[in-house]
Amino acid sequence: MTNSAETLHTVTLTVNDVPHEARCVARQNLADFLRHDLQLTGTHVGCEHGVCGACTVLVDGLAVRGCLMLAVQAKGRSITTIEGLTQPDQQLGILQEAFAQHHALQCGFCTPGILMTLVEVLQDDPDPSEMALREALSGNLCRCTGYQNIIDAALAAAAALRKNQK
Amino acid sequence: MDPRYIGQSVRRQEDDSLLRGMGKFVDDLAPHGLTHAAFLRSPVAHGRIRTIDTTFASEVPGVIAVLTLADLRPVLTSDRLPVQFKSDGLPPNIGPYILAKEEVVYVGETVALVIAESRAIAEDAVALIDLDIEELDPVTGCHQAVQPGAPKAALDRDSNIFAQFEMGYGEVDQSFATAAHTVSLSLVQHRGGAHPIEGRGVLAHPDSLSGQMTVWSSTQQAHEARGFLIELLGLDETLLRVRTPEVGGGFGAKYLLYPEEVSVTAASLLLGRPIKWIEDRREHFLAAIQERDQFWDVEAACDASGKLIGIRGTMIHDGGAYVPQGVNLAYNAATAVPGPYDLPNYKLSVQAVATNKVPTIPVRGAGYPEGTFVMERVLDGLADAAGLDRIEIRRRNLIPASAMPFSTPLKSRSGSGITYDSGDFHAMYEQALKEIDLGGFADRKAQAAKAGRLRGIGVACGIKGTGRGPYESATVRIGKSGKVTVFTGAMPMGQGLKTALSQITAESLGVDPGDITVVCGDTNTISLGLGGFASRQTVVAGSSVTVAAKAVREQALTIAAGLFEADVGDIELVDGMARVKGTEIQASLKELAKIAGGSPGYSLPTGVTPGLEATEYFMPSGLTYGMGVHAVELEVDAETGAVTLQRYVVVNDCGRAINPKIVVGQIHGGVVHAIGNALFEFMGYDEQAQPTTTTLADYLMPTAPEIPRIDVHLAEYPSPLNPLGVKGVGEAGCLPTAGAIVSAIENALGSKNQLIQRIPVMPQDLFQFIQQGKQTDAA
Repeated sequence: MTNSAETLHTVTLTVNDVPHEARCVARQNLADFLRHDLQLTGTHVGCEHGVCGACTVLVDGLAVRGCLMLAVQAKGRSITTIEGLTQPDQQLGILQEAFAQHHALQCGFCTPGILMTLVEVLQDDPDPSEMALREALSGNLCRCTGYQNIIDAALAAAAALRKNQK
Repeated sequence: MDPRYIGQSVRRQEDDSLLRGMGKFVDDLAPHGLTHAAFLRSPVAHGRIRTIDTTFASEVPGVIAVLTLADLRPVLTSDRLPVQFKSDGLPPNIGPYILAKEEVVYVGETVALVIAESRAIAEDAVALIDLDIEELDPVTGCHQAVQPGAPKAALDRDSNIFAQFEMGYGEVDQSFATAAHTVSLSLVQHRGGAHPIEGRGVLAHPDSLSGQMTVWSSTQQAHEARGFLIELLGLDETLLRVRTPEVGGGFGAKYLLYPEEVSVTAASLLLGRPIKWIEDRREHFLAAIQERDQFWDVEAACDASGKLIGIRGTMIHDGGAYVPQGVNLAYNAATAVPGPYDLPNYKLSVQAVATNKVPTIPVRGAGYPEGTFVMERVLDGLADAAGLDRIEIRRRNLIPASAMPFSTPLKSRSGSGITYDSGDFHAMYEQALKEIDLGGFADRKAQAAKAGRLRGIGVACGIKGTGRGPYESATVRIGKSGKVTVFTGAMPMGQGLKTALSQITAESLGVDPGDITVVCGDTNTISLGLGGFASRQTVVAGSSVTVAAKAVREQALTIAAGLFEADVGDIELVDGMARVKGTEIQASLKELAKIAGGSPGYSLPTGVTPGLEATEYFMPSGLTYGMGVHAVELEVDAETGAVTLQRYVVVNDCGRAINPKIVVGQIHGGVVHAIGNALFEFMGYDEQAQPTTTTLADYLMPTAPEIPRIDVHLAEYPSPLNPLGVKGVGEAGCLPTAGAIVSAIENALGSKNQLIQRIPVMPQDLFQFIQQGKQTDAA
């Protein structure tokens, strides 16, 4: 719902390979659009000023802060969110499974943004060093885990993905 | 029989839905007809409200209501929140207002709220409320607060002092006469925030079918929240239910009922609409509780061998503008000073004072890190004064294992004595030194020096009282479905509590932990509960669960014995079945539950009582204490003041690990939170008490690159105070961190002429410290 004085814009886009069309006001950010208009609440909002990284989603394969991009800017784009990481057979994906195995999440609120960031990282560099992963995650805040188990999960996922590639 | 589930790092039952993006947090709930709230907050630290003109705000299309305190009064029994912990001797007029009345006393205080069809519209309208305030002089710091002629933080109070008390024992002043060495310190421990990545949030949802108001809150204390809400709204338990969805971290900030929760619920009662308010990060900086400042002026004395003789001094604690919870934070800090060391004489005068800043209550650690930091600075100062090795002086003062259980003359705030119940502190200390390879440190320091880097080592210890009572609730039930469910007033906010409780239950009932449902934070499912604070939940709720589960086990065995015409001792519960050992004679828990449920008009079998269900409220006789040793190696860049942590070792006593992976994860999180407090997190205010760090780009939380690997070793000295032998670990990681880090920084710099006395130690502070050290060394 919105202020009746504001113009509504039609946004057509693909989210997790499913086409969507919805109308929203120009000032609505992508994270709120996904959460409240498309009911994809797996993407979380932690700071609304682009620092915590919880709202990170993939836009045409690139990690983007959902709170710093307007929904109307996503017109025609292909978005991937945490809901898109689960396999078609409903099994967890390799990265998700590694997070469970390594206790890489506690409250789970920052987890969606961390997973989406790592998806991009592991696409770009299938064999990252621990320090490269720490640097790559420098834009994602987690208050619960102290990061170590996240790094371990990412290293394990990278190894598993490499094995799958062979 | 060896435990089958307790002690295993079983997969967390919380993770699956969270990893799929299917966990439901409060902002994910969107009932039909939902409306949204935004608050007008005080723009000044201290002021008198002349007028609040809501005319223009009310005219914004989509706005449903603009409400001030006067508008909410028809459904309120009080204008103010009560002090939420039992606290004797506090002055009147210290509870926060639900919305400001005539005066505002900190930037961010709730003044009015707008209910609108969207959050954006509500925020637009907030900007159109015309708030006319006469600014008053603020109290900007603790020392100013107690100066004669200082402004008052609130006009309706007689004084800026909330509480003052003396803590201690022995004959401190006489003892100093025998001192071989003394040290004086003025320690400043700065304000920090909780900053869970999910802020606070509440959804008040009136149900027209049941007539019950359901308040969904991202809270650490569902039952406590319900208790205060029904009191403030004049309702009873049948009319108001508090439920918690997934909670995205708490760290203390959510162990409080806030004005926002009360005013949103009141507005929902008035308007008959569901209303949601979700805190944004700026609001968390402005209006969620923080911890500290604390200013400690202490003197300490030791004998020629470095044995502690006494500590005396003063501490002044910034309570902020209100006392929403009590002065337990200052109290804990004062009782935490002796820590794991034998301190024969101690006297501390404490003042908790009012300033025009956001109120302070415990954040993770709850005062213990502050007391621990003081003792660790004292030991470093005395070691330097005595010409002793800093690592050796700790060894000489740790309480020996032969003295366990060790009673200090102090009392916890519940009034019970402080007794360290078990542990071998020296063994843990030596283990930490071994794990960090103290013997190899000199080589590593020399290697670093060759590369022009200054490397240092620091070791510190702390001990945390865990498992606060008076009780926690648990019902264990096997329903007619055969499903095992646990209901508790304990409250998870990320710790994996449901998994731990399922393991404890599984141990008695022979069911896979993953098949057990644990329901937390729903006041309709169990009558009492105290929630998540003070590293208590596995200790207290875990104990309730184990007692209740064992009672249900006995019930199941009794029914099965009758059914099989066998002895109870010959029956085992495995894989969801009751079975005569070594035979195929068996029945499922579902069948047993049906027998226990009875049939209308027929008697239950002889000896069988109704239901497979038991409720327990375990009441611990005292806190159980877990000791921790931290050893850190770091490097300092003398040109820039940058600190790089290289190695971090923790040895921590958890009594008995229910799920070791979860325990280690708790320690990791605590350590990193405290690294933030030691090196990065600075909550700035200007000279008008206006916050100057209100984004996460200004207030720096630790991120992955700054954090080294943390090598955690669990010591397990079972507690005699609870049936599981467990000790809490939620906060343990926070205690020795800052002490170990600053000690290592000084060790790296090699200057013994001065001690770091203020945390956080940010690069600009350290740069200045290094420059001062050069001057002192030159002189």
